[in-house]
Order: sequence, then structure tokens, then C-alpha cells
Amino acid sequence: MTVFIIRRLMQSILVVFVMSFLVFGGVNLVGDPVEMMVSDEADQEERERVIRSMGLDKPWYAQYGIFVANALQGDLGKSFVYGEQALGIIVQRMPATFELALAALLMAIVIGIPLGVFAGLKPEARTSKVIMTGSILGFSLPTFWVGLMFIMVFAVVLGWLPSTGRGETVQLMGIDVSFLTFDGLSHLLLPAVNLALFKISLVIRLARAGTREIVHQDYIKFARAKGLSQERVILVHLMKNIMIPVVTVLGLEFGGLIAFSVVTETVFAWPGMGKLIIDSIQSLDRPVIVAYLMIIVLVFVVINLVVDVLYSILDPRVRLQDVKG
Amino acid sequence: MHFRKTLALAAAAAALSLAPAAHAQTLTIGLGTEPTSIDPHYHNLGPNNQIAQHFFSRLIEQDHKQNLSPGLATSWKALNDTTWEFKLRKGVKFHDGSAFDADDVVVSFHRGGNHPNAKSSFGLYTKGKTVKKIDSHTIQISTEKPYPLMPVDVSNIHIVSDKNQGKWEGDYNNGSAAHGTGPYKLGKWVKGEVLEMVRYDGYHGPKPHWAKIVIKPIKSAPSRLAALLAGDVDFIDQVPTVDIARLKKNPNIELSQGVSNRVIYLHMDQLRDNPQYIKAPDGKNPMKDVRVRKAISKAINRAAIVERVMEGIAIPAGQLLPEGFFGRSSNLKVEAYDPEGAKKLLAEAGYPNGFSATLHGPNNRYINDAKIVEAIAQMLTRIGIKTTPDTMPKSVYFKRGKNKGPKKPPEWNFVLVGWGSGTGEPSSPLRSLLGTYDKTKGWGSSNRGLHSDPEMDKILDQALSTVDDTKRAALLAKATEIGIGRNQGIVPLHYQVNTWAGKKGLTYKARTDERTVGYDVTPK
Amino acid sequence: MNTVAEQVEPLATPEAIEAKVETPFQRFVSSFLASKVATAALVVLAVLIFMAIFAPLISPTNPYDLAQVSVLDSKLPPGAKSFDGMTFWLGTDGAGRDLVSAMIYGLRISLGVGVMSGIVAMAIGAAIGLIAAFYGGRVENVIMRIVDIQLSFPAILVALILLAILGKGVDKIIIALIIVQWAYYARTVRGSALVERNKEYIEAATCLAIGHRRILFRHLLPNCLPPLIVVGTIQTAHAISLEATLSFLGVGLPVSEPSLGLLISNGFDYMLSGKYWISFFPGVALLVTIVSINLVGDQLRDVLNPRLER
Repeated sequence: MTVFIIRRLMQSILVVFVMSFLVFGGVNLVGDPVEMMVSDEADQEERERVIRSMGLDKPWYAQYGIFVANALQGDLGKSFVYGEQALGIIVQRMPATFELALAALLMAIVIGIPLGVFAGLKPEARTSKVIMTGSILGFSLPTFWVGLMFIMVFAVVLGWLPSTGRGETVQLMGIDVSFLTFDGLSHLLLPAVNLALFKISLVIRLARAGTREIVHQDYIKFARAKGLSQERVILVHLMKNIMIPVVTVLGLEFGGLIAFSVVTETVFAWPGMGKLIIDSIQSLDRPVIVAYLMIIVLVFVVINLVVDVLYSILDPRVRLQDVKG
Repeated sequence: MHFRKTLALAAAAAALSLAPAAHAQTLTIGLGTEPTSIDPHYHNLGPNNQIAQHFFSRLIEQDHKQNLSPGLATSWKALNDTTWEFKLRKGVKFHDGSAFDADDVVVSFHRGGNHPNAKSSFGLYTKGKTVKKIDSHTIQISTEKPYPLMPVDVSNIHIVSDKNQGKWEGDYNNGSAAHGTGPYKLGKWVKGEVLEMVRYDGYHGPKPHWAKIVIKPIKSAPSRLAALLAGDVDFIDQVPTVDIARLKKNPNIELSQGVSNRVIYLHMDQLRDNPQYIKAPDGKNPMKDVRVRKAISKAINRAAIVERVMEGIAIPAGQLLPEGFFGRSSNLKVEAYDPEGAKKLLAEAGYPNGFSATLHGPNNRYINDAKIVEAIAQMLTRIGIKTTPDTMPKSVYFKRGKNKGPKKPPEWNFVLVGWGSGTGEPSSPLRSLLGTYDKTKGWGSSNRGLHSDPEMDKILDQALSTVDDTKRAALLAKATEIGIGRNQGIVPLHYQVNTWAGKKGLTYKARTDERTVGYDVTPK
Repeated sequence: MNTVAEQVEPLATPEAIEAKVETPFQRFVSSFLASKVATAALVVLAVLIFMAIFAPLISPTNPYDLAQVSVLDSKLPPGAKSFDGMTFWLGTDGAGRDLVSAMIYGLRISLGVGVMSGIVAMAIGAAIGLIAAFYGGRVENVIMRIVDIQLSFPAILVALILLAILGKGVDKIIIALIIVQWAYYARTVRGSALVERNKEYIEAATCLAIGHRRILFRHLLPNCLPPLIVVGTIQTAHAISLEATLSFLGVGLPVSEPSLGLLISNGFDYMLSGKYWISFFPGVALLVTIVSINLVGDQLRDVLNPRLER
């Protein structure tokens, strides 16, 4: 186990390093951040001054060298646009994105598992067919289109919910959160549902598959034969067993939620990391793009590692290896 | 029956008068842009300057039509051709309570021109000027050569306190140094989420209506409009042209419109002999011929573009600035749509069967830019110039379309661009768009067609050192007539008209510089 | 379709084997057609593909030919007539393109991008997956580590960054979609090939000193096809959806030749002003396309390999 974790960590460091090189090299190929910054009326001298002040007068490999040297000391560079630490700007946006992703995750579990279990217990029922076709729809609907329709229907036509932005925030353990105020919750609802749709479909399918596999197993039959009530069988025995795959997959999918929040945040003007990365790509804020990716890579590496380790604890049959077979 | 109706009306009236009362003191604005900093010398760009002017005053203010009016200076005059004197307002206090005097002005001018981290500096306005303190409330600014644009330049420098020397954008963004003399103080700023301003009671000007202004950046235009319609914000800028007709019919929405100082126009390559993106039967560059450039101008149905693409929200253009601005030519008219005349000119120039070209343009910089490019391509294709539209995001567009002079000309040969004149007169576009490329003089930096006419350069040079307003206006008009009228160095298309929308009962004085200024939004 | 179905034979379901009279292809067809929903989806999909392929023949106008498009016709409602008398059954978009034509051509681009990227990614992924499974050891270790790492990142994020670097264009988006997809195929193929590799006939073939290439492509690959087809179908739907999303985010296709996703995104600008059709009809078309592909894919999975779950 320790050997495994050390090896994985070494690999992760390599991944982070390779990614930083690719991304840094890549973003240096596109566009001209200076043209994005200076005013129309700036003359040539002014442009050259800005180029120097952003360190863009040096060749890219020198820029990369400086970046790596600073990054090793925890400094991922200053945003071209804001002139502040890129890391700080991203960390400032993190709570909003995590709040949104967690809300979506919660919805996926609360809505997805009951529907999936139902469809698994009664696969031939009409309701089950509707649920499964619905889940295909959930997979197929493009997130951005659904988001736009939500705004049209619930905010503009019906006027029930606010259209965009994040509501009032309060401090919870030093972090700004919005789910504790009514205003905040009303702003959170539409984007969270929008982001959750895909995952709800996923959970339905996982729960259904798990249920179908488990109902035929001996211990469930035995429990039923013992005369335990249907509710108890479902709640205790079935749930316990389908939770393992669901939790594992959702753990992995949490990263996916953070990534997909790019779309939802753009549609709903939700001030999180996803909107920041889109804005940064558009304004060619290279340090923020690179820093964002470094953080995302780290988050993913950690999530994967934790899920692998947890899985091995939950299910002793799994041995930790790099590649099976 | 009657009684019930009256009661209902009374209740409605009460509700109407009560509802605004709760929020009457706060104005929430949805803005299409966000400042990059609160530091007023960090980034010389519209989105920053419009926010900065809430917190920081200038010696001379620009009103909504870019006319100059007294700000922290009560009066100013040219002592001679090269020296100007400014009398400063007395008894003004910064937000932190310190008094305003000449030292603050000297520091601010120096800081504006030499901010080490500036992304686009104010050096443009401070270059070549020496600021001297005469007494605590008098300063003199001198230049080496006569410089008529002095008051305009001065009106672009925000005044900060000399107490905060050595503090840069970080200290301004977190509020610790963001103390100006403007009508509002910084409440809080959470990037990408909200910017709150609180009224400053010690302001030297008229007391603004709103006790608090909340600014929410909403980049996407439909989302911004949706926020207004859903009542999340009270006022928005950059209303998409396509929605205006419908909004006009909406009884709960009030629109404010005004022409801007921004002209949308075409550059045509007048330098290269074998252009990459123009293919003529004779293998030459037809756009070097003034008749071809005139043909292009005649082939464009500006009225149709304004009507169909811009939904009527633009004004056809024949020169660099719309009516009412200083230094305009009264002889230049908007080119009439004349496809037959265009074909004739093309034939005269030796291209009876036309040629083919690619028109490049941005797709997220100006109002409806990509659609304008497509419309122009359609119109030129109809007179025989087979035009392919190619649009891309501004981040890519302005890199590839950059002009580094005749030795490193822009990649493209035929482009659509826009220009807003920050000085409110035509010398800035003349110098940058039509002046012969000259790095040392700072001319032609955006002359993407590399147009060059020594005669026009000479007249413009003369205008830029003429302090007398009448003479200078005549010279600027003459330079415009040569550059556009005679040479057709660029093809002007239209002036942008900007639209703001607010809840019923809110009015706004539309600004020609396209800025959104919260304290200019007022209840009727 | 024909050749594919015949290669499927070795993995035919037990139920199908009992029906001895039928040929493998008939067996496959009849079990697929058992689901009415899937059959309907297949018909819809066939019609859509036909329209995409023959777009220049059936489309009323060519929306890319600027001589045929006029800005004077822009934003006309469904059923309106142009100034030269043509009827726009679904209206026109912001540039004056006939929406029916724009949608047919948009479908062509959407499907084209999805299928093209799918085929190339499948070819690359399958080759890499086979190599990994066949050679094993270090080669396999390295390849599968790369696949794992790539799959741990969401496709949208990878594509977003790639396109930010590559820029806009049909070719660029196809490249980006290939890069985000190949790993799925590699993993799928390796999984099935691994099962197959350990079977006796492959060992026999290896002993007979039959060339590696022959073993790989004649014996291993056919056995990996059924799961590959299922993954391919579902990945194509994903790719189409992903392309639409990227175009919406402003990093996908150029505006002059819009896909369905870009038509939706352009149309949203007009949505609030009541010109719903510019965004609505392409949205419906996109939805129908993706749903029908997914329904077909779902049924294929049930028929070809009931064990394969998402």
C-alpha cells in the first residue's frame, strides 16, 4: 500500500510537470495578450512597455524557466488582467464552484437512487420504462441548452427564480457560502439542477444495474424468505450494497462536475472557477489558465488516489496495483 | 362596485409608492464588462475608467457628450503656446479625510505615467508634460511644443492622494488605498461577483441620488437582459440591438440611447503588390487603386446594414466622428448606395469581372460585428468582388491583424475594425488609422491598410500644434477630407449607437464615450 | 451494416443460438427490432444521415453561398416569403439564411464532426488497445497508465484547453475530439482483447508462428468489435453534444459555417426578443439526433453484450 501510494505520487508529479509544460507551451502559441490589454490609442512605445512589464519580451523557454522556478516556491505567477496572484484569484472563486458541485451531487443522489432502485426492482413496470427513457434524455440534453431554457421559462416567463448570479452570502468557517440564505438558495436552485441532470441519469443507471444484480443474490432471497418486510430489505440490505459502486463513481464524477460547471457557470453567470477559466481564455490571461489547470490536475490526482484507496478498504478483493491483468 | 375599484386603485398606488421606497436608495446595475482593478492608473480602458470615475475625480471632467467642465480645477487657461495654468478647488477632502492640494496633482500625474504594473498606462496623456506646483492650489503644466489637446489629456488623469505613494493595485483592490475625492467610496469588490459603492457625503459636487450602487458583472448579453426583465438588476448597459424593438413596447422598461464616438470601418491594403488574401485576374493588388476603394464604398448599402443588421440602432457614417463633434468636415457626406456606379468604377480600374478577397473581422468586439462582416461580403459579392467572410474572437483577431509597420504589415489585406475617439475630436483616429506609420512619432499604430499621404500628414502635423480652436478645426476637417474623401484610405460604415435599459422611471444621459456611470442614472 | 453484423457472430446471445434456423445477421436484426423505441430511433437516424449526406441535393438553398443569402431577409418568421418570392418554412436566421437549409447543412457538420472524429479515434484507440493487450508487460503498463490519466480528466476540459490553443475550425474541433476520445476505445479494446488473448486458439496461433499483425487483426480485433460498436455509437452522441457545447462556449466552429450547436447559440441572442425559431428548431433537431443515436446505442448494447454497462 505504501509503495503503491509513493509510486502514484511520483507519477502524479510527473503528470503535473508534463501538463505544466504542455499547457504553458500551448497558451504561448495563441493570441497576443498585449493587444487584449492596451487601449486602442496606445502607441508602439507603450505597447513595448507593457510587453516588458508582463515579461513577454523573453523567449518562451526563459519564461517557462521562470515559471517553474517560481512555481516550486508556490508562486504560480500574476494574472495579466488583474495583476494579482493567479492562485489567489482562483482560490477566491473556489467556494462558489464547490458549493454548486456539491449541491448538484446531492441532488443526483437524492433523486437518482430512489428512481434507479425502483426501475431495478420492477424492470417491466411502465414507470420504470419511463424512468429509463428519461435517463437517456438526461444523457442527451446538452447542458447549455437546458440552462438557457431554464432561464427563459423560470426566470423570464414565470418570474419565479432569479436568472443569473449568486445570491447573498454568509460566512461559514471563514468561507463565503450562499446556501444558508433564502436569496442564496433561490439563486442556487436552477444552476444546480442544470448541472445535476446528467449525473441524475448516471445515478439512475448505476442504481438500477446494482439493484438488478443484487436482487437475484442469495442473501436477499434469504432475507425475503425470513419474512423481512420489503421496505427493510430495500433500505438496509439493498442500499448498503449498491452504495459502494455509486459512491465510488460519484467520487470520480465530482471532478467531472467541477469541469462541467464551466458550462453551467457561463450560462448562469455563476462567479466560480469555471466562469473564471472561460473569461481567462477569452482575455488570454495565461497565468490564470496555467494555474487553473495545475490546480485541477492536483485535485484530480488527489481524488483518484483517495477513491482507489477507499475502494480497497471497502472491498478487500481489490488489490492496489497500477495495472491489473 | 365603484368603491371597490377605487379601493383597488388606492391599494395599487400604495404598493407602487411603497415598493420603490424600500429600495429607492440602492441602484443595482448589470454591466457587460468588469474592471480589472480599482487602481485608477492601472489600466487605461473603458471598463476601468467608468468605474474609476465614481471614486476618483479629475481636474477637468468630461460630461456625457465629452464636453469639458470644471472638476478639481475650477479654471484653466493657456498662459502661452506651451504653458497652461490650473487653479485648484479649495476645501476638498479625500475619502480618508486628508485634504486635497497641488501635491496630490503632481503625484497623480507622475503615478499615471509611471505605474510599474500598468497594463495600459496613462503615459499617453502625461508624456512630454512637466507638472509644476506654483502654490498649494495652483499648478502649471508645460510642454516643449505647442499642444492644443492639453485640457483633454488632463481630463483623463484621475487624482489620488499623495499619502498613498508606494501603494499599487493590490492596495486599491482591497480598499486600503482606494481613497479618491469622487462621489462614491468603495464598499467591497469581489471579482466576477459584485462591486459595491457607498455615497461619499463630503463630495464637492452635487449630491448623487443613490446611497448605494451595486454593480454585477454579467457578460452574456441575453443573461444581462434576462436579469433586468426578471428584476434582479435595475439597470443594464450594452442592450443587444435585436431586443430593442421589443423592449420599446415593454411598459416596465425605459431605454436610453445615444450615438457613440465609435466608427466602424474597413481597412484596405494599400502597400503590398501580391496580397495573400486578394486574388485578382492580373495578379496585382486592386485595392491600391483608389477607384476600387471607391467602388467598395459605393457597393455597401449602409442603410440596409443599419436597418437589418443593426435593427435601426446605428447611424450611417461618411467620416470619423458623428455630427456634433469638434473638427468634423461639413463637406463629406455618407456615400450613397450605388452598385451600378461601383461596377463602372471597377471596370474603369481594369476589373470588369471583379476579383476575390477575404474580409476578416472580429466576432465579439463591436456590436453585431460578425453579422456586419457577413452582410458586407454579401454586398461586395453582388458587384463582382467575391468576398469570403472570416471572423474570429478578438483575442486571436487582434494578434493576427496587428500592424508593425511596412516591414511587418498585418497578415490580412481587408479588415473590419472600429475606433472610438477618446479625445472627442478626429486627431486621434487620423493619426492612428490614416497617418503614415512612424514609430518615433507614435503615428499609424493601427493603420492596418498602411495608407500613406504626405500631404495629409503635413496638415495633421500642423493641426496638432495649432492651439487656436477655429484654425485647428479647419485643419482637421481638411485632413479628413483628403484621407477619406479624396483617397478613401478607409471606408467608414456607421457610428455605433449605444443603448441602456432600466426599470420604468429611471433615466440615463447616454454617453458618447460608451461609459456607464451609476450616479448619472436618475429617477424621473 | 452487413459486414459488421457478421463479424458479431462469436458473441451472439444464448437466446439467439437456440433459434437455429436463422442466420446470425437475422438473429441480430430480430433481437434489435424487438424494441419498438429503438427501431423508431434507427429509422429517424437513417433519415437524418440521409439528409446529411445528400444535403446539397435536398436543401432548398445553399446557406454558404453568399450570392444566395441576403441580409435583407434576416430574422423572418416561419412561413415568411423572401423578396424574390421564396418561402422560408422555418424562417431565417440572423444572417438571412433559410433556416431549413441552415439546419440541414448544420446537421451535416454536426454528424460529420461526430462520425469523423469517432472513426479516427476508434482506429487509433483500437490499435493502441490491441498493442497493449497483445504485448503486455511494460508496453501495456505505460499505455494503460496514459489512458487512465487521460480518462481521469473530463473530456470537456481537455477539449476546451486544446481548442483554446488550436483555435477555431472544423479540422481543429475534429482533432480535439479525437484526442479526447481515443482513450475510451483503447480501454474497451484492451479489455476484450485481454479476455481473448488467453484463449487457446490464440496460443495455438502464436505457437504456429503466425505473424503478429495477422493475429492482431484477424483474430483479436474481430472479437473486440461488438463492444467497440456500442462504445462508438454512444461516443458519437457524446462528440456531437460536446461539439455543440464547445461552439456555445465560443471555442468551437467559425460562425460562417454553423453546426446545429452554433445555430442554437447564435439564436439565443434573439430568444428574448421573441424570435424563438432561430434557436428553437435547431435545438429540437440536435436533441432528436442525440437521443436517437443514444437509443440505438442502448439497444445495441443490450443485443450485442448484455453485460456491458455504462
